[in-house]
Amino acid sequence: MAIKDPPKPVEIADEKKPSVYTDEALAILSAAREGWETSARQAFEKRPPWKGDFTTVSSMDVPHLVTAEQTADIDPLREIGVPGEFPFTRGIHPSGYRGRAWTMRQFAGFGTATDTNERFKYLLEHGQHGLSVAFHLPTLYGYDSDHEMAKGEVGKCGVAIDTLADMEVLFDGIPLNEVTTSMTINSTAPILLAMYLAVAEQQGVDIRRDVSGTLQNDILKEYIAQKEYIFPPRPSMRLITDQFAFASEHVPRWNTISISGYHIREAGSTALQELAFTLRDGVEYVQYGIDAGLDVDDFAPRLSFFFNSHNDFFEEIAKFRAARRVWATVMRERFDTQRPRSSMCRFHTQTAGCSLTAQQPYNNVVRTTVQALAAVLGGTQSLHTNALDETLALPTEENARIALRTQQILAHESGVINTIDPLGGSYFVEEMTRRMVDGTFEYFRQIDELGGMVEAIEAGYPQREIMDAAFRYQRALETGEKKMVGVNDFVLEEEEPLETLYISDDLAVEQVAQLSRTRESRDAGAVGRTLDALKKGAAAEENTMPLILDCVRAYCSVGEISDALRDVYGAYEEPAVF
Amino acid sequence: MAGRRILIAKPGLDGHDRGAKIVARALRDAGFEVIYSGLRQTPQMVAAAAVQEDVKAVGLSILSGAHNALLPEITQLLAEQGADDILVFAGGIIPDQDIETLKEAGVDAVFLPGTNTQDIVDYLNDRLG
Repeated sequence: MAIKDPPKPVEIADEKKPSVYTDEALAILSAAREGWETSARQAFEKRPPWKGDFTTVSSMDVPHLVTAEQTADIDPLREIGVPGEFPFTRGIHPSGYRGRAWTMRQFAGFGTATDTNERFKYLLEHGQHGLSVAFHLPTLYGYDSDHEMAKGEVGKCGVAIDTLADMEVLFDGIPLNEVTTSMTINSTAPILLAMYLAVAEQQGVDIRRDVSGTLQNDILKEYIAQKEYIFPPRPSMRLITDQFAFASEHVPRWNTISISGYHIREAGSTALQELAFTLRDGVEYVQYGIDAGLDVDDFAPRLSFFFNSHNDFFEEIAKFRAARRVWATVMRERFDTQRPRSSMCRFHTQTAGCSLTAQQPYNNVVRTTVQALAAVLGGTQSLHTNALDETLALPTEENARIALRTQQILAHESGVINTIDPLGGSYFVEEMTRRMVDGTFEYFRQIDELGGMVEAIEAGYPQREIMDAAFRYQRALETGEKKMVGVNDFVLEEEEPLETLYISDDLAVEQVAQLSRTRESRDAGAVGRTLDALKKGAAAEENTMPLILDCVRAYCSVGEISDALRDVYGAYEEPAVF
Repeated sequence: MAGRRILIAKPGLDGHDRGAKIVARALRDAGFEVIYSGLRQTPQMVAAAAVQEDVKAVGLSILSGAHNALLPEITQLLAEQGADDILVFAGGIIPDQDIETLKEAGVDAVFLPGTNTQDIVDYLNDRLG
């Protein structure tokens, strides 16, 4: 059962079709392919295929064989090219992983700032290169730890950050001019960026020169998939373009957005949908930036991406390679960018959380290894490998270490980093890459017809596409058409329970007490003044970033700053459909 | 049909709604009348919706770890409103060690990752008669 066949490649008249082969060579290849088809048919007469469905995990049809003939019209220069040059199919760096391997960046955060600070130091001591912060849900939604909606959530899914005082503890003893930090934060991204810069200021770091990191800040995928939105789409887009403008001037090494397919995939999309919706979100941010009066070549080089790496090895590799080709093409053709960096798709990858199983959890190490290998062969810039227990809880220290070791084994033992894009030129990989590219442009056409991505989201289009794919996949699992080892096949009757990290509800008391102490010791006048100034600026056209920095320096909380913005922009609620 | 009306709700801040929506669809396809709450529901909102809609069962989907705080509050609010005949079941990421406590607090069943939706349908058919 194919969920969605990719559209057929555009047919170009034969005489125009560029090919690396002469007509004579093509005729020979064609005869050879026909010969193979005959012998394959005969083989199947003796022994039929052992299953009916040879499709990817996304139910994309997979050709039985791809030959040189079939890929002869893929232009080896303009479509594949060389690493470091347009269209970057083979990678964005001419040096590949020899200049520098990918950044090993494990997402971490739980409990209080003190707990997470210890975990950060542990990971850095064990060879991790950069930090990646997981915030708890109240911080993501702009509520303080003492808010009614924070009940039961404090420190559970990430670290509890209410004010600058918590952020100071989080990065205590970690020099912000030496590490780069990625923060998974969206609706409240400007507040957390401001807190990070305020800590860097306190450390005496030269922000313009030495502060580097990434904000997720991708609000469109929140409406599409992860649902951690606060404000309606349009004011949310304005907060993002404010950050583009602020960062390009004051924090030029900061990646202001990480346009994310990860959550779209986790919500149940296919690989193609993940690719297409993510890149189309990227197009939307670029368009809004241009519409806000920014020069595309000023902010586009700081856009970065974040993809999922799921189980289907070659589908994932094709997706990563296609991402670079599509982005380069669309940036040059649609936005007429001049700087090469503006059309480079740089991305972080995380292995697929939704592919992990609670059953026989040690199998997850194997799944994660295959997924991580696909990301590396796909040319990722940085990588998070999931721990084996992440479908049950946040990882224990030991399981987090095994996840990091998985990357180190790939980098130092497997040899896959020695040559650039080792699968480039593979008939199958190039064909799958082309199908991904063509399928993405077809989705772009449909979204453009709806008026753009904001309009498509308002119409519920990507949400429906994803939900339908998720439901079909669940059905395929339940009918046994798709297998999940340990879940619907190869099941164990009895399993030993796994020891997992348990986060006590008691820490909420501690966190709320810390927040009260901060509220008592700060200058109440400064709090009122900075929040008022933010409301005025947000209602007008002023860039909100410097105003939020003032609030943060006055120790206003995430909840107070978010409430100020809620007063101006209102809150968004999506229709509850399934 | 009134005997087969179910509320699927997402208590707390957790935005992971893939499971809730899949269960909602599967129950609808199995002939139940399903109401989906949408995201970010407080215990009060969930209990009020269950009573107003006169449902036979409430399915609570939660993956954030806030289950110990939120689920017992929902069963308690239902009891206070004389609605403790409403069957409460839950699904999501819930550590084994918490399941007993939740059951003592009135959560009738807990479905963990990897559950077949048919098992939930069978469970409801069995419990609701």
